[in-house]
Amino acid sequence: MLNRTPLYKTHVALQGRLVDFAGWEMPIQFAGILAEVRTVRSQLGLFDVSHMGRIWLTGSDAIRILNWLTTADVSSLRVSRAKYTLICNDKGGIIDDGILYRLGEEKYLLICNASNRAKVWAVLTAARDKQFNSVELDDLTTTIGMIALQGPFANEAMNDFAPGIVEALRPFQIRRAEILGQSMLVARTGYTGEDGFEIMPESTVCPEVWYGLVERGAAPCGLGSRDILRLEAGLLLHGSDMDETVNPFEAGLDRFVFTEKESMSSASFHTVLKHGINKKLVGFLMVDRGVPRHGFDIIKGETIVGVVTSGGYSPSLDSYIGLGYVPIEAASPGTLIHISVRGRLVEAQVTTLPFYTRRKS
Amino acid sequence: MNSPTDRRYSKEHEWVLTEPQGVAFVGITDYAQDQLGDVVYVDLPNVGDVVNQFDKLGEIESVKAVSDFFSPISGEISETNGVLIEKPELVNSDPYDSGWIVKLSSVDGLQLNNLLNSQEYDLYLSEIEH
Repeated sequence: MLNRTPLYKTHVALQGRLVDFAGWEMPIQFAGILAEVRTVRSQLGLFDVSHMGRIWLTGSDAIRILNWLTTADVSSLRVSRAKYTLICNDKGGIIDDGILYRLGEEKYLLICNASNRAKVWAVLTAARDKQFNSVELDDLTTTIGMIALQGPFANEAMNDFAPGIVEALRPFQIRRAEILGQSMLVARTGYTGEDGFEIMPESTVCPEVWYGLVERGAAPCGLGSRDILRLEAGLLLHGSDMDETVNPFEAGLDRFVFTEKESMSSASFHTVLKHGINKKLVGFLMVDRGVPRHGFDIIKGETIVGVVTSGGYSPSLDSYIGLGYVPIEAASPGTLIHISVRGRLVEAQVTTLPFYTRRKS
Repeated sequence: MNSPTDRRYSKEHEWVLTEPQGVAFVGITDYAQDQLGDVVYVDLPNVGDVVNQFDKLGEIESVKAVSDFFSPISGEISETNGVLIEKPELVNSDPYDSGWIVKLSSVDGLQLNNLLNSQEYDLYLSEIEH
C-alpha cells in the first residue's frame, strides 16, 4: 500500500495522473507536464510536496548534531533562516541533500528527500544515541503537509491569500504565520528556480490551503514538471545526479561545504581537497537533436568518458539539456562531447549552470 | 470517444489513412498521444526504407519515456513529416491530421483487413480502459 498525502483526494478530484514516487502515490501531471512548466515560468504553479521528509530537531545538542552530520556551517545560520545543505558519509559520499531551517534558538527543521527519509532518520538517530543525547528528533512528515507555491505571481497570490507574509519573508527565510485561523510555517524556498513559498499546514488544513491558492490563480502541477523546472534551474536531484558514490566536490556543490569544522565527513573532504577530483558534474546542451536521459554514455572522441545523470527537453530554452559526469579535462564550458542515444551519437556542448535564471523583478 | 471513421487502426494504437494509388498516411491515435504525454522528439525512419506490417517504424519520445511505434501496414516510406522535427508537439495536439508521421507508397489495401475500423477500435479502447 502506497503512502498518501493529505492532498490525495484533492489530486483525484482534480484528475491528476497518479504514480508511485518513492513509495508515495503522487500526481505526475495535471494539465500536462510541459504546459505546467510554462505556467510556473510565466505565472503560478502549486505543488504537493508533502511526501518530502520533515524532521524537527530540538534541544541543546541540535546545533552540534547538525554540525556533525551536515556540510553547512550551522553555527552561522540565524533564527528564521534556511540553508541548502548535504549529509555525507565518512567517505564523503552524499547520503542526501535538503534544506535546513532554523526555527528557534535550539530548534531546527530538516527537509529531506522522500526516497532518503529512512536513511536520514537512521543517520540522525545513530548520531543522537552515540554522542548527541540532548536532542529530540521528531519526524512529522505524515502529520504536517507541505505545499509549494512557485512562479512570478507567487507574491501577488500570497498577499491576497494571507496578507503580511510576503513582506515578512525574504528568500531563504521561514516564519510561523496565522493562515485560515491556523498556525503554520511558511518559508520562501522552492525547487523550481522561481520565487515562491513553501507552506506547511497541519494535514487536515492542506486541502483548504490548496484550494485557496487555486482560487487565486495557481495551477495544480505535478512532479513531472517539477523535475524539468529543477533541471532547468541547475538544481540536482539526489538518486539521479548524486548519491553515496560521489562527493560534493565532484557534484559541483563545493560552495555548500564548510570545511573549517570537524564533522562525520571532514577528514574525507580534506583528502579530496588535497588530491583533487577526477570527474565533475557538468551541464550540457544538445547541439543536434536527441533526448539525453539518465544512464546514457557520454563519449569523447571514441571513448566512453562519463554518464548522463538527468536530461530532457527544456521548454524554457526550447532545447534538449542534461547533466552528467565527465573527466575534469572535459568539464570546461564549450567542450564538445557526444551523448550515446540508444547507440546514436548526438553532439552536445558543455555549458555553465544554471540553464535558466529567472528575471529578477 | 469517437475515432475518425475514414481510417483503420492497429491494437498498438497507430492509424493508417489510405489514399488512391497505393499511398497511405500513418500516425498514432489520440489515445496513444494521451498515454504518452508531451511528445518531445520523434525519431523518424529513412525515406526509401521498406517496412512490413506491424514492424517497428521508429521511436516517439515523450517527457517521461521512449516508445516504439509500428507500421500498421506494409509499404515503402516515401516521405516523413519533417515538421515534427521542430514541432513534435503536433503529435499531441493534432494526432489525426498535421501530426501524421510517415507517408507510405506501394501499400496493399488487403492488409487493412488485419486492422480495426473506427467502431471496433473505440470498442477496443473501452475494453482496455476498464
